[in-house]
Amino acid sequence: MTAPGLGVSKRLVATTPAGMGSPSGRQGRAELPQLPSAPSTESRLDLLRWPLLRAVLRSRWPQLLVRVAALAGFLVAVLAGLLGTPVGNHNFGIVLVWIAWWTIMMLVALPFFGRGWCSICPIPVPGEWLQHGALLNPRRDGMGFRRAWPARLKNIWLQNGAFSGVAVCSAVVLTQPRITAVVLLAFLFVAIGTSLIYERRAFCRYLCPVGGFIGLYSQLAPVAIRVKNKATCAAHTDKSCYRGSADGAGCPWLLYPGALTKNTYCGMCMECVRTCPYDNIAVTLRPFGADLRSPAGRRLDEAFKGFIMLGAAMVYSAVMLGPWGDLKMAAYDIGSARWFAYALGVLVFINGVLPGLFLGAVSAGRALVASTQPVKRSFVSFAYALVPLGLMAWIAFSLSFVFASISYLWPTMSDPFGLGWDLFGTAHASWQPYLTRSVPTMQAIVLVGGFAWSAVTAHRIAAEEHEQRMALRQAAPVIAYCFLITVCLMGLLIA
Amino acid sequence: MKRSRVITTALVFALGAGVVAFAPLPGASVKPANRRFRVEASSFKYAPATIKANVGDHVTIDLVSTDVVHGLYVDGYDVSVTADPGRTASLSFVANRAGMFRLRCSVTCGAMHPFMLGKLHVGRNDLLWRALALALLAGLVGVSLAPMRGVRT
Repeated sequence: MTAPGLGVSKRLVATTPAGMGSPSGRQGRAELPQLPSAPSTESRLDLLRWPLLRAVLRSRWPQLLVRVAALAGFLVAVLAGLLGTPVGNHNFGIVLVWIAWWTIMMLVALPFFGRGWCSICPIPVPGEWLQHGALLNPRRDGMGFRRAWPARLKNIWLQNGAFSGVAVCSAVVLTQPRITAVVLLAFLFVAIGTSLIYERRAFCRYLCPVGGFIGLYSQLAPVAIRVKNKATCAAHTDKSCYRGSADGAGCPWLLYPGALTKNTYCGMCMECVRTCPYDNIAVTLRPFGADLRSPAGRRLDEAFKGFIMLGAAMVYSAVMLGPWGDLKMAAYDIGSARWFAYALGVLVFINGVLPGLFLGAVSAGRALVASTQPVKRSFVSFAYALVPLGLMAWIAFSLSFVFASISYLWPTMSDPFGLGWDLFGTAHASWQPYLTRSVPTMQAIVLVGGFAWSAVTAHRIAAEEHEQRMALRQAAPVIAYCFLITVCLMGLLIA
Repeated sequence: MKRSRVITTALVFALGAGVVAFAPLPGASVKPANRRFRVEASSFKYAPATIKANVGDHVTIDLVSTDVVHGLYVDGYDVSVTADPGRTASLSFVANRAGMFRLRCSVTCGAMHPFMLGKLHVGRNDLLWRALALALLAGLVGVSLAPMRGVRT
């Protein structure tokens, strides 16, 4: 992995075992050399200024406890999926993962904390424990080969493919407890295997289909980990945040915090907070969507992730919330001719139709202002305007799904394995949808906000090349595309 | 951009949004009638999948299940009915709220049960048109107000 900004340290980084300290890594804080301490360019609120929060985030114990609890919940969900009732909406595994977890993820964790979930996700935890040779403090003699991830695969195309694969099978994955359990176990074992072969969190960074879309939408989150003073990082030759030190592992996500400009691949694991000897890492509060205002680091694979997610939100809204029974059965009947037709249609729609129409909109905008930028660059840059609308589409979809189904949680919590238990006295609670009068209004507000946010983002992206009026002219077709998508989403969700 | 212009535009937007969201819309008043629908339920669909009524209509739904036990719950009205296979069960209510309301199966009937849905349209769907108008207004104001300078990330 190339660590942006590492300069002369690159070769050393490439040969240093992941997570292990450099030869001179153990450096007492009292002996630290003085580094440039120009006034920080960061004036945003640093959450680490609060002593209690700082103590909680720097310590490994709270994170370990939450991870262990999450892993226990994960294993209970798997067991319930394998051993509990085969009826999906009465199975604790299905309800915990696809209703409770999904609610928290889409309505709270992702919009407000970005990749915060990744910092406590149980799936990579066993593999990381083996890799570190410890549950708490990483050691030098952990297991695994620590190979570098293949250079050709250092992108999110595999995650895009994995998500697309899960998406076309989602009608079964979301409703069949055993299939959900098998999928969760597959995630777990692939994560363990990847940790034993490759360095650090290669699974999370390059394979996890959930991590792919969390990363995309984490750009909108108002919380970010950034360095306080880049000069301090540049002068710090040890780069303990990337290479690790006695205080902790090098960045598990293969990032060099000194060059971090986007949330996309930062797992918010706090290792850099622990290993920076100059206390130069901040957990900042910032405006929503700040990452989209920077042209740095835009890529085609991420652009396609945006189309895949937006398209999947539309497909899910049609299949799961629409009145079309035949479409539901086609999505459910995996292996049949109608399912192949459905899967092909979905893949063509999210990977062909949506990007194709978008390319047309981008080309029209370029023609209006006689842009000299390469087409690919314009396409990729403007694709980031779809990120806010995509997240809002998922929130709008989830609102309908979640409020209608969350009451399935009460009986399954009391009797997770279908053994006749009544742990919380709710085993016989009946299904009751909530807020059915208000949900369409909430969905409308969310989609209106998503469209406006995307329109502003498209205008800002165009303004990177042109003055404001010309920028608006170039962005207009992209804004029209976003409006068309919004109309479709409203048609599916509230019409 | 001058602060006074921002404030003025924001106020105009707020006023416009208020009008779009809450102003009463003209509509042809239709005399309420009795409407009866026969809805067949089978795995995992209703036929017809969509039914329409006018505001004030007295709606009766005869639910007929053609395979296993199915239910029908009407979003927004909080009323439901359950039909055994081959038997008709009826549900009546006054459609006094306009808009789109989902019909949901209320009895676990198989794997895709949570997604067994239909739709009831009552009168004109003002929410949809108001939302589209608000989206246009919000987009217009957004692109004219948002600062174009870059920000730190």
